[in-house]
Order: sequence, then C-alpha cells, then structure tokens
Amino acid sequence: MGVHSLRAVLDVGQSVAEHRPWSRAIVTPEIWHLLVEGLAGRTWTLLGLWGETGMVHLAVLEETTGSMGVASLPCPDGQFPSVGRLHPPAQRLERTIADLVGLQPVGNPDPRPWLDHGRWPISQPFGAAMPRTELPSPYSFLPAEGESLHQIPVGPVHAGIIEPGHFRFTANGEAVVRLEERLGYVHKGIESLLDGATLERAARLVGRVSGDSTVAYALAFARAVEAATETDVPARAHWLRALMAELERLANHCGDIGAICNDAAFALMHAHCAVLRERVLRASAACFGHRLLMDCVIPGGVVADLPADGINVLRALVAEFRRQLPPLVDLYDNTASLQDRTVGTGFVRPSLIRQFGCGGVIGRAGSRAFDARRQPGYPPYEQLEFATPVRTDSDVNGRVWLRITEVHQSLKLVEEILERLPPGPARGELRRSGQICEGMALVEGFRGDILVWLRLAADGTVARCHPRDPSWFQWPLLEAAIENNIVADFPLCNKSFNCSYSGHDL
Amino acid sequence: MRKLLFQNLWRLPLTVAAPAPSEHALAELGAKVDQAARRRLGRSLAIREVDAGSCNGCELEIHALNNAFYDLERFGFHVVASPRHADVLLVTGPVTANMREALERTYAATPDPKWVVAVGDCGRDGGVFAGGYACVGGVAEVVPVDLHVPGCPPSPMQLLEGLLALLQVQRG
Repeated sequence: MGVHSLRAVLDVGQSVAEHRPWSRAIVTPEIWHLLVEGLAGRTWTLLGLWGETGMVHLAVLEETTGSMGVASLPCPDGQFPSVGRLHPPAQRLERTIADLVGLQPVGNPDPRPWLDHGRWPISQPFGAAMPRTELPSPYSFLPAEGESLHQIPVGPVHAGIIEPGHFRFTANGEAVVRLEERLGYVHKGIESLLDGATLERAARLVGRVSGDSTVAYALAFARAVEAATETDVPARAHWLRALMAELERLANHCGDIGAICNDAAFALMHAHCAVLRERVLRASAACFGHRLLMDCVIPGGVVADLPADGINVLRALVAEFRRQLPPLVDLYDNTASLQDRTVGTGFVRPSLIRQFGCGGVIGRAGSRAFDARRQPGYPPYEQLEFATPVRTDSDVNGRVWLRITEVHQSLKLVEEILERLPPGPARGELRRSGQICEGMALVEGFRGDILVWLRLAADGTVARCHPRDPSWFQWPLLEAAIENNIVADFPLCNKSFNCSYSGHDL
Repeated sequence: MRKLLFQNLWRLPLTVAAPAPSEHALAELGAKVDQAARRRLGRSLAIREVDAGSCNGCELEIHALNNAFYDLERFGFHVVASPRHADVLLVTGPVTANMREALERTYAATPDPKWVVAVGDCGRDGGVFAGGYACVGGVAEVVPVDLHVPGCPPSPMQLLEGLLALLQVQRG
C-alpha cells in the first residue's frame, strides 16, 4: 500500500458528476478493500461512514496531500464488507448503519446494536422500517475477568448538569481496568427528520445536532449546500461566519478550562472562567441576537450583519479577556496541587490518536497537527495568520494548555477579522439548478472537525443529509485514556475530552 | 491566588438584580401548589437536572445560572446530584424513546412533594425534533409537568423568572 494516491483509487470507480467539491465514486468491492487496507495501514484517515438504502458511503482523507473523497459501495444483498474488521475506528459507525439502515457489515467483530436500544416503535428506520414486536433485550457489556474486580455502573442520568450516557467501569480497588461506554440515549432521529426537509428547516435541525457547536454545524451545513448548488457567498459573509465561529470557540474553550479545574475541586478558576464565558455570550447576543449564535449562519451567508456598535462591543470583549485571562493562566501555572491532578492524567497514545483520526484539542494535544481551517481550509482562514498549536504530552494538562493557546489565538483572530472585515452584503441568493446535486463540507468546530454530507433533491429539499460529529473518533479514546487511572480522575479525563453526546447520538 | 481573591473583596459584584417572577409562570403554577407542600419545603429548593434528549444548548444556559452574574444559590436554589435529594426536576429536551425509562425512574426516585419544570421549546412539545420514530415528545408525555420555561434555549434570565415564580408560589 501507499503506492496509490486516493485520487487514483477513486478514479478507478464510476465518478458521480453532481458531487462537489471533492469527488465521489461508486466503487467495486475490490476498490472498497483497497481503501479499507489503506485506512488500516495509516495511508488514509477515516472521515465518515454512513449508509442509505442499498448503499454505504466511506469518506476518506489523505493527510499528506490534503485530498479527500467519498467511495460508495452498492449493497444489493443488504450487506457490505466490514471496514471495522481491519480498522477499529469504523466499528461503532458500522453498528449504527446496521441499526438505522439495516445493512450488515460482514466481518465486524462487534455485532451488538449501538444506537438502537430496542425502544423505537420500528427497527431499521432508514431501511425496512419494520414495526418492532420483541421487547428490548439487555445489553451485554464486554467482560473483564480477574480477581478482586468490581463494576461501577454510571448513568445514563449523571450527577452533574450534563448529557446522558452510560459508563460501565470495571475497577481493581481504585484503578480502572476497563471502561466501556454505552451511548445512544439522546438519539433523536435527526437524519430521518432531515429527509425531505426544506433548507430552512434542515439548517435549524443541523444547527441543533450539538447545541454547543451550533455555529460550526450551521456553517458545515451551509458550506455543503453551497458546494452542491455551486453558490458563491459574498466575502463579508465568510468573514462574519469566521467571527462567529471564533466567538463560539472562545466561549467553549473558556468554559472547558474552568470546568476541568472544577473537577479537581479548584472552584476559583471555574468561577472566573464562567464570567469570561458569560461575557462572550452577552457580546454574541448584542452583536447577532442570540447568546449561542443559533440560526445565525444560513446557506447563502449570515442572517444579520454586525450592528453599528458591534465592532466596539467585540473590541471591548477582547480587551476584557486580555486583562482577565493572564492572571488566570498564571494561577493555573502556579498551582501545584491542581497540576498534581492534571499532569500525566488521562494520557492517550499518539498512535491511537493517529489511528482514529482524532481531531480537535485531543488530537492536537497528542501530536496530530490537524485543523480543518487549514486542511482542507476554507475562507477566510487562508487570508488569516495563525499557527496550528501541537503538543506531545497528550494528558489532561496538555489539553488544558492547548485550549489556553487556542483562546489566545481566537482572540487574535477576532481582532484581525474586525480589522479587515470587507464591505458588501452579508448574504447572497442560493443558485437553484432544479437538479439533484450533492455537497460535502469539513469545518473545524471547537471540538474538532465536523463533516456534513448531503444530497439535495431537484426541488431543492434535502434528500439525504449526514452530519458526523468529531466525538465519533474521540469517545473510543476516552476508554483508552482512563485505563490505569483511578476512578476519581475520570471526571478530569472526561471533561478534558468534553465529547458531545447529542452530536454522537444524532 | 491571594491577589485574585483580594481583588474580589474590593470589586463590585457582577450579580444582576433579581428579575420579577414570570407572570406566565405564576399563572401556570397558581392552581397547583398546596399549602402543605409549602410548609414542608421551607425556604429552599433542591434541583436535579435531567437531560432527556436535549441538544445540550439548554444545559449550557442552566450551567450559566450558577455563574457570578445570575448566582442561582442566592435564592435558595441549589443543584443536587441525586433525584433522591431533589424537590424540583429540571427536564430538558424532547424526551427520546431511549431516555423515557430513565426519566420515569428518576421521577419515581424523587420524593414527594416535587415539581417538574420542562425547560425549552423541546421540553414543551419536542420542538424541532417533534415527530419521527426516536422522540416521544414533550416532557409532559412522560411525567406530569408543573411549569414550562420556553426558549431555544431559554436565556438564564428566562430560567430565573420561571424558577422565582416557583419559589414565590411555594413560599405562599
């Protein structure tokens, strides 16, 4: 392997002309195998794997060249060769395809259902949609055997104000021997709700896949629609979108830094970070009318331009951050009792991070220099100067510092955007071709890279849309991060990951 | 750290003035709370938050209630870790089929007298996620609801107005 480029491999397949901006090809099982081997051999990185009636789609990234594409395998017999058999990051995605579409991954070592808990009135909602008759059966957790082991079941309702999910710990005294996650509790059937939705409704839905990343999701959806319809967006819209995206990153990183410290019982840091976060939300509301910036980014541009005093509001916000942040960073840096909890805790092997194509802070704190703003990149970031910070420590402390670096970076980006905001309209008209078209986008949210793939029907409604949260490739690594740590450090590890339940469960 | 703590002694508090209880919430609650319950609960209410399927937007704003600007605890509210310690269940999200039983069991584990506050447009009727195979609908489809706080997500101020109405009715 490694002799073929991704482009060359996809070119062997039957190209789908209406797919933009990257290529999609209908492939044979032979090419499918070639791709799976390339994923397993680290030539390529898995970006997404999803199904529809009679077909599975595999999105792949070639990090060395930055090229990406989608391979689609027809499944006339209702099954496809498992990707997860050779490439474990695909396993949960395949279990999801089996649950939702009913296509069976042949050879997947884990045949258990994933999102389907046996509670829906139908099974395989995207496939046969058969009424369910059998009662839900108990989920069989993976075994952990040995002397003096005990299990700690946690959730789905957790002790804090957080989303629901189940964690099954097996511990030997204090040390965690195995953690197994069971997710899917907040599965809302978003993909099926998107079927046939108007663009307006679909944008609202995709903007609520994970509420904390609403700007990034809305942006990914808008960019996918614009790619599909070959619409050019006014320059000012690009810059305003980036402004909102950086505000979202600021608010979330700030909240996370405080929350991680709070889980080590260091409430002072949490209190101050929460104030900074609140200031971002208030500035966002003053500038764009919504504290979390929901429904502000739409296909074609942004809903509303920055008001007359918006620039001043945001400059004041940046100034406040510059005053308040350095003493907090010093506080973190100089509190040995706090670092005693974070340094060396929740280490993730960089090789696992590479294998899983894990993005965001977790990836960059573990040597993987991937940022969708740079690769594949999208406007206006190619005109903005910023580095991709990378660390090698890959522990809770490293992830805190990476967030601190990115907060500084976002502040600088906000300033620069305000400085150089081009004039002109903030939204344009979408082109309507009256034909079926497909689009894809990869956008860097605060948590990592968000993929949105969609097909629009001839009448301009959504025929199929698949949003893939970065958490898909981060949740499994949390199970690895906690190994050999003590149970009491799980909150620290978990918060330093801050994966999305809603984004993953869909 | 000492410097940071000392600075806070001299600085004016960030905390906003308490809003008036929401009229709408008072009207919704008016008929539901009896005197006996008021006496038993005294002057404080313990809240257990349950995400029954939300997009996590509501959780972010409920979190914000505890920051220095809104300071929920000054009113006698505090968030507790178990439904067994709670007087109020703050429930968000369209209730998903996969969370239905967990919500029912959380409600059953909460001792009487208790209130349920459905937070957000999704908590009312499923919001944008209504319909489809995976969502049951609003919170009231599964457990009795005393108060709805609308919004997508409701702002901390809206949440505060609703909760203060609950406190006023409960204090009698």
